[in-house]
Amino acid sequence: TMSTTNNVAQARKLVEQLRIEAGIERIKVSKASSELMSYCEQHARSDPLLVGVPASENPFKDKKPCIIL
Amino acid sequence: MASDGLHESETLAALRSEAESLKGKLEEERAKLHDVELRQVAERVEALGQFVMKTRRTLKGHGNKVLCMDWCRDKRRIVSSSQDGKVIVWDSFTTNKEHAVTMPCTWVMACAYAPSGCAIACGGLDNKCSVYPLTFDKNENMAAKKKSVAMHTNYLSACSFTNSDMQILTASGDGTCALWDVESGQLLQSFHGHGADVLCLDLAPSETGNTFVSGGCDKKAMVWDMRSGQCVQAFETHESDINSVRYYPSGDAFASGSDDATCRLYDLRADREVAIYSKESIIFGASSVDFSLSGRLLFAGYNDYTINVWDVLKGVRVSILFGHENRVSTLRVSPDGTAFCSGSWDHTLRVWA
Repeated sequence: TMSTTNNVAQARKLVEQLRIEAGIERIKVSKASSELMSYCEQHARSDPLLVGVPASENPFKDKKPCIIL
Repeated sequence: MASDGLHESETLAALRSEAESLKGKLEEERAKLHDVELRQVAERVEALGQFVMKTRRTLKGHGNKVLCMDWCRDKRRIVSSSQDGKVIVWDSFTTNKEHAVTMPCTWVMACAYAPSGCAIACGGLDNKCSVYPLTFDKNENMAAKKKSVAMHTNYLSACSFTNSDMQILTASGDGTCALWDVESGQLLQSFHGHGADVLCLDLAPSETGNTFVSGGCDKKAMVWDMRSGQCVQAFETHESDINSVRYYPSGDAFASGSDDATCRLYDLRADREVAIYSKESIIFGASSVDFSLSGRLLFAGYNDYTINVWDVLKGVRVSILFGHENRVSTLRVSPDGTAFCSGSWDHTLRVWA
């Protein structure tokens, strides 16, 4: 029947998809974590929201009072 | 015929059983590499201090819920879209409105700035994504130059230009994502696999290659190869709709925000969830997430009107920001990381630094 054929086609697609996903190369969480941390560390100094920048360098932090339009 | 029916149902059963066994294998392979938690490895990193972040600008002008916003690469202009059908371009330094266009539909759920800064894209209940060139000619009507690019069979939930003004990636309530050529409106690639509405997408940082991640009402986050249309990785650990996905700046991971009141971090090379950002006291959905420049902070807007700031590595909240008077629906960090902007159902946008 048409619906059974569709089900078979869908099931086949799912199996193909899962084969692709199952086949990828993976690394350990310990290694992945170290690399995420290392990226943070390397870029921390140039992250304005993390380290804070003085008002004079951040256009959103003006020293002048805000004008309400 | 009866014999055909029997043959087909045997094939179906065989395929289903193979699918189950592959799912089991996937789980096994992922579990083998789960030797430690990210937050444990992060114990050796110094804890973050107190953060003082305040609203530095409030953008008022929308007549109804703000649904989406995006920054221009010039780090100062912002485009926002609303349930009232309006799309506004703001100068966030001065809070002046530079452009405004009224869409033929209400609920403009998606908007994006073109990399050149010369155009914006938007769409929503019209099921389309349209591009409007931005002009400073006062005599020109912005709506007159509108170009319809994408056509879906249900609402547009998200859109993003790729690395140029020439291509747009869209996500839709019709369950698909699609890549379009802006000039011709031609469909270049479509991405099928979500079992329900797709709510969000994010492109991988350009150095990482041609992939993007999408999240949907099927609780899945899926990573796609843009050239082949193939889903290369899928993650299903959220317990409800995924409203927002955003790549970690290195491209090796992505964060998600969900109606299950959690945000999560998925590492692409470990192929698994590596952190969950949650608290018992947080019971409302997270609508939008974005990282600070170094990836150390995750800003998340919630349906309880707050913004929580998370230490990505240690998994703890470092700040909670109040100010909006209704749900936070959209949030993006500026291109140079000096500020972030949030949009809300309270009709306003706020820039925080």
